[in-house]
Amino acid sequence: MLVGIAALIVGMLAYSTDFSTYDTVSSARNKQGTFVHLIAKLDKSKPVEYDPINNPNYLSFYAVDSLGAQTKVIYHNSKPADLEKSERIVMKGKMGADHFECNDILLKCPSKYKDDKGQLQKSMVEQTSTN
Amino acid sequence: MNFEGEHLFPGQIGHFFVILSFIAALVSTVAFFTASVQTDPNQKSSWLKFARNAFVLQVAGVVVVFTTIFYICSNHLYEYMYAYKHASKELEYKYLLACIWEGQEGSFLLWTLWHSVLGCVILFRRKLPETSIWQAPVMTVVSFAQFFLLMMILGIYFFDIKIGNSPFILTRNEINAPIFSQPNYLSFIKDGMGLNILLRNYWMVIHPPILFLGFASTIIPFAFAYAGLQTKRYGEWIKPVLPWTLFSACVLGVGIMMGGKWAYESLSFGGYWAWDPVENASLVPWLILIAGLHTMVVYKATGHSLRASYLFAFLTFGFILYSTFLTRTGVLGDTSVHAFTDAGKSINIMIGMFVAAFVVPSLVMLIIHYKRIPTIHKEETTNSREFWMFIGSLVFFLTAMFIIAKTSVPVYNKIFNTRIAPPEDLEFSYNKIIALVAVILGILTAVTQYLKYKDTKRGYLLSKILVPTLVSIALTILLGIFYPFTYFKQGTGFLGVIYVAAFATIYSVVANLFYIWKVLKGKIINAGASISHAGFAMMILGMIISSSNKQVISSSLVNGITVPGSKDPMTKQQDDPRENLTLIRQLPTRMGEYEVTYQSDSAGHEKGRKFFKLLFEKKDAVTQRVTQSFHVDPDVYIMKDNNMSSNPDTKSYLNRDIFTYISYALNDDHNEDTSQFKIQELAEGDSVFYSNGFLVLDKVTKNPHNDRFNYKATDVALMAELSVTTKEGKKLKAYPVIEVDQLGIRNVDDTLYAQNLFVRFAGVTDKKIKLGIKESDKLIDFVTVKSYVFPFINIVWLGLIIMALGLLLSMIRRGDFKTWQSALIFLLGTAGLFYMFLLAN
Repeated sequence: MLVGIAALIVGMLAYSTDFSTYDTVSSARNKQGTFVHLIAKLDKSKPVEYDPINNPNYLSFYAVDSLGAQTKVIYHNSKPADLEKSERIVMKGKMGADHFECNDILLKCPSKYKDDKGQLQKSMVEQTSTN
Repeated sequence: MNFEGEHLFPGQIGHFFVILSFIAALVSTVAFFTASVQTDPNQKSSWLKFARNAFVLQVAGVVVVFTTIFYICSNHLYEYMYAYKHASKELEYKYLLACIWEGQEGSFLLWTLWHSVLGCVILFRRKLPETSIWQAPVMTVVSFAQFFLLMMILGIYFFDIKIGNSPFILTRNEINAPIFSQPNYLSFIKDGMGLNILLRNYWMVIHPPILFLGFASTIIPFAFAYAGLQTKRYGEWIKPVLPWTLFSACVLGVGIMMGGKWAYESLSFGGYWAWDPVENASLVPWLILIAGLHTMVVYKATGHSLRASYLFAFLTFGFILYSTFLTRTGVLGDTSVHAFTDAGKSINIMIGMFVAAFVVPSLVMLIIHYKRIPTIHKEETTNSREFWMFIGSLVFFLTAMFIIAKTSVPVYNKIFNTRIAPPEDLEFSYNKIIALVAVILGILTAVTQYLKYKDTKRGYLLSKILVPTLVSIALTILLGIFYPFTYFKQGTGFLGVIYVAAFATIYSVVANLFYIWKVLKGKIINAGASISHAGFAMMILGMIISSSNKQVISSSLVNGITVPGSKDPMTKQQDDPRENLTLIRQLPTRMGEYEVTYQSDSAGHEKGRKFFKLLFEKKDAVTQRVTQSFHVDPDVYIMKDNNMSSNPDTKSYLNRDIFTYISYALNDDHNEDTSQFKIQELAEGDSVFYSNGFLVLDKVTKNPHNDRFNYKATDVALMAELSVTTKEGKKLKAYPVIEVDQLGIRNVDDTLYAQNLFVRFAGVTDKKIKLGIKESDKLIDFVTVKSYVFPFINIVWLGLIIMALGLLLSMIRRGDFKTWQSALIFLLGTAGLFYMFLLAN
């Protein structure tokens, strides 16, 4: 009985399994065209291009991963508001010849986390010193 | 150092009562357990009495603690970290409770509070002979859970190990900042951080308490199952626990869908369900609970499925604890948008212990007693009701296992150090399985009740089920003809599955209605099961229709805008349609069947909040007359550093919702206007040209009093009325104003955004006025939106309400209630559900 249940679950999982992987820029380049999760940071030295009046569905920027490798990213959607402030970006998409074609962006921003003590410290100092 | 202005007394009171409750919980656990194993009736009753007092003391303590936190937050005592972190002065009164459960500590406390209430109900209803047998073992489990929950907020050191995070810690002990070296540091802290703006919503006030009541209530079936094993009255616990299980199924189900309604209404996820790990973590225990509910009913009617009932009762609460672990230890990391963050290693370890302390012993006990749990060796026959009910339970259970297995991927990654990420199309990876589940459950809930327990005559089933089957087939065909599904994204195979699922759910609704009418002869009080089945099926049907025919009306595809290069360079397929549309102020823009104009913006009374007024107009294709027109006011919070968060606004019709949110509303610095006003002098009737047309000064009015301005006769203000004619021959009006008061001269400029034209009433000469005209080279005011149409979404909410009422009805019938109590429960439930899901907003 239990074995049967386990087999059924594994079957369902196998049927629905199209898991992907977390990658760096270079490992994503090695499998161009495959869907990956790219973990990187915004390269603040390069321009972020977003002109919502001409095209609200085109954002391009440069991302650099923890190994220092860099790629251009194109995202056909609106610009996430806190992109510039993010500490880490998880991008879902496919690596192409000259850029990373991104379908979805998840940002890790320091401000969202009140439970982070360092951040609390910073905002407390900011708040009390301006007054 | 002596600090000025601190209120240390509430914190001391609060912390004292946390410790007191914690000890009382420990004492009542031991005492209830001792009472449960005592055989001597005198000893038993004196232990029981002692244990009850300890439990009541614990409850009183928790109430004091809760009140104290509320006091601290509502009085803005920022010397306390909890108030500083979660409260702020601008916070509306209704959110003061919400800021208690925004934090980890407060939400644990809420859970504890509900356990206290439920525990008191068990104690209060002890007069019933059946309950008195169960009281000691059941309350052992409840008290033990209280022990763990209170430990999470204990905040004391035990040999250098910190146990729990107290909600009463002081800000100055937690944060290092220069101000804390001054005795009057409190006068520098002007305000707290406040409730996260994403959570400032009335759902934040109501959803957590209901969901936590749902969580808390699952401990009762667990505790009764434990009591069944401990007292070796293996089958007797089912009868008293059934109403509790029904209650739990109702409240937890409603709580989960409230989260969905919240996400749908006010978060910009674009839907009510996203298979987010946090959503899944609360759904999984509900699915197992429903499986357990059905096996319990089977046991009561036939004696089958007792072992499965034990397993499901244990696993329901087990998975509540596991989901606590998932959502509160930070293990979900990158996969969820709204999990709590890591609360520190010691809390994580304690949560782990909490899970282990309940899951491991219960499963070990089940294995030990397994052979002794009575079972019927004869297999159920396939034409019996219990056989198919058991299959249904199994489907629920397997679905739960499937969902949790997928949701737990980050846990495997942690344990095995792998880097498995979610698939490309996360929703579809769930939906393709769930669609099949919907088919099976639809058909099962349609047919099974027409079967009888033990054995059913073949002819009986056929004669009863024939009409509902034909009606459902006809309805599905009608649906396919008049309102075909347009979900082609996953190919025709899946579209076929959607139609089959639609049939199965329609079948279930129809068959259950027929059952109430023909078999139960319309006796509603007995129809709890049929009503909840019909409601469940209706909810799923609503989900199928609204998601299959959801339309993104801001999409470039809908509006016929072709984006060059929108084919995926790698797959050569049409890429996702571009879903955002920019609206320039006052310029009507086509969106689906509507013409949408961004008319104005206005500030909310909270800091940084900005509302955008969007006018939707539907015009008759021939006459161009406006046939339908409404406003939506989506809003954003714009914080410092150009951070933004968006709240949608929805226009609801009976058969569809038009859902709009702001996807971008920040005017970057480089967009700043640098052009200057050119001043010209005009008399009434004079005209002046600008690059795109000309304007005429019609007249000048003193102290205008109209729909735009409201000056009194004593004011000094002049308004110029200008008629603007554009090159295209369009006529517009502009009304710049100049006013003088004690502070000096003030210009109220008027802007014709669609013309990029600014006009200023700059001053007055003898007979003329000075008019400033500025033509900006930048379009400065715009907003980027996403807009969806969800058809027939109300079927989802109505289905949920019907399901919840069906469960309540069953609970009332199976529980031991007086008539007035039953009526009260049912009336309150109905009113609350209708108000929350259909009437509010």
